[in-house]
Amino acid sequence: MKVVTRKSLWLLAFYMFVFGFIILMFGIISHVAVSSLAKVWFATPLPPGFTTKWYVFAYKEFQLPHVMYVTVAVAAGVVFIGLLISFPAAYVFARKDFPGKNYLMILYLLPILVPQMTYGIPLATAFSKFRIAGSILGIILANLVPMIPFGIFILTPFFEQIDISIESSARILGAGRLRIFQKILLPLCIPGMLVAGLLMLIQTVANFELSFLVAGTESQTLLINLYYAIFAAGMRPIYAVDAMAVIYMLLVMSLLLIILRFVPPTQMVFRLDRR
Amino acid sequence: MLRSYYFRLGFKNLDRMALFLLLPSLLFLIIFFLYPFFYGLILSFTPEKGKPIYDNFYVFLTDDWQRSTIWKTIRLAIPITILAILWSVPLAYTMRRGIRFERVVTTFLILPVSLGTVLIAEGVLGFLGGNGWFNQFLINIGLIEEPLRLTYNYIGVVIGLFLKNFPFCFLMLLGYVSGINPEIENSARILGASPRQVFWRVMLPLMAPGITIAFALVFVLDFAVFPTAILLGQPADATRTIAIAAYQMAFEHYDMPKASAIAMIMAVIQIIFLAIILAFRKRLYRGTSLGIAKG
Repeated sequence: MKVVTRKSLWLLAFYMFVFGFIILMFGIISHVAVSSLAKVWFATPLPPGFTTKWYVFAYKEFQLPHVMYVTVAVAAGVVFIGLLISFPAAYVFARKDFPGKNYLMILYLLPILVPQMTYGIPLATAFSKFRIAGSILGIILANLVPMIPFGIFILTPFFEQIDISIESSARILGAGRLRIFQKILLPLCIPGMLVAGLLMLIQTVANFELSFLVAGTESQTLLINLYYAIFAAGMRPIYAVDAMAVIYMLLVMSLLLIILRFVPPTQMVFRLDRR
Repeated sequence: MLRSYYFRLGFKNLDRMALFLLLPSLLFLIIFFLYPFFYGLILSFTPEKGKPIYDNFYVFLTDDWQRSTIWKTIRLAIPITILAILWSVPLAYTMRRGIRFERVVTTFLILPVSLGTVLIAEGVLGFLGGNGWFNQFLINIGLIEEPLRLTYNYIGVVIGLFLKNFPFCFLMLLGYVSGINPEIENSARILGASPRQVFWRVMLPLMAPGITIAFALVFVLDFAVFPTAILLGQPADATRTIAIAAYQMAFEHYDMPKASAIAMIMAVIQIIFLAIILAFRKRLYRGTSLGIAKG
């Protein structure tokens, strides 16, 4: 009896904390959304009047078309180059054993585990020395540093799932390396590429530190633009800043919606058990 | 010729093709990760003319205002990390075999991780700000008369960072706990252990390696706090963290050698902390992680 009471008390505390967290997140998101639609809003439960003019304002004032162009270009570049480079490396990691493999794994883990602010500053310094800082290319290269190892660690288990005897059979039947790649590895790896590509996409769109340190005035992604808008709060109406935040939020949430169809949330963070 | 060279090194299985496939990623990381790091390291030991070689570090560590950023960062990072772990462990443990509405809960938790600190900061500024819903609610039910000051200070940074790093920590641990073979717990129950004993004597030691790694990762992340400390805190005073000091040195004073020195100090503190955690882990939980992962 005593155990049952303690257990139900614990469960109550558990649900209360989870509920509180969800309320907090819900409040944060809807407060931003309501504010972006308010004519004015000051210390009342809801604004007295609603308008969509702040979206038009944000569109002009924050040069949204250009910012969106930078964001899409950076994301597309990172996903494309990232998959291109991590795909073959993941194959080697899944299929080959060689001395020093563990040390190599540690090298590949570092850019994921070391905070981006820590290596971002030397990176930005080196980039400005070689004059690639401030360009879209610079942001793509900076974002690829954690994304290439990330792609490798996502793709490796997909290669491990493909039975090696399929490859051997194909080889015995006379298929060359290119043919094996075309007819066997690539089709079997499409789901893995999709998952890795989507995860790279959302992380690049939501990347702050690296994009921030490398960005120039003409090469700000949506999130960096939003940061400067919040940072300079008071320069522009808060409702317009919130409209920007809503646009960013919608972009990330729609990506997340697609991703959650393929990936359970626990796999979106760093997997502890793989070490 | 080349092949016999690999043989001598013991690279029997790493044929030319594999090396060719591995090379692009390796080269990329060497050029864009290792090289900048060593470039920064050398830069940090490049003082102004006529100064001693360690001058960039000396200047930072002897300036009270600059040195205090280390303490200010630790003061933020340690409580947030401990809070995140203290909440994550029991929550992940409770959810180890799934709960009702698990999908809803985990989706809400992955949201702050995906949206990132900047958006959380903007949301917290509105929702928990002086005129936000939270303070309005507390005033309307008569609990307080003046709005609570939850933003633009230390508390604001704690809340903002917790909102992002608690779910991160929790989802990491949830993945780890659900990977522990449930047969172990069942055996303990069959042998007569109470739920309390199962948690303290069986499951917690099995979770310990994951918890220590999660602790280290979250601490290191918290220690590098930057946008949250600027947007939700007092970046000129109480929450001027070491990352802000490094950023200002690099992009406001354009003093790259001194900025690199601060970044190196930041890295060294993180490495020292990691080493302490890992040494602690080795001492306490040797061998307990063997054979528990389902794969």
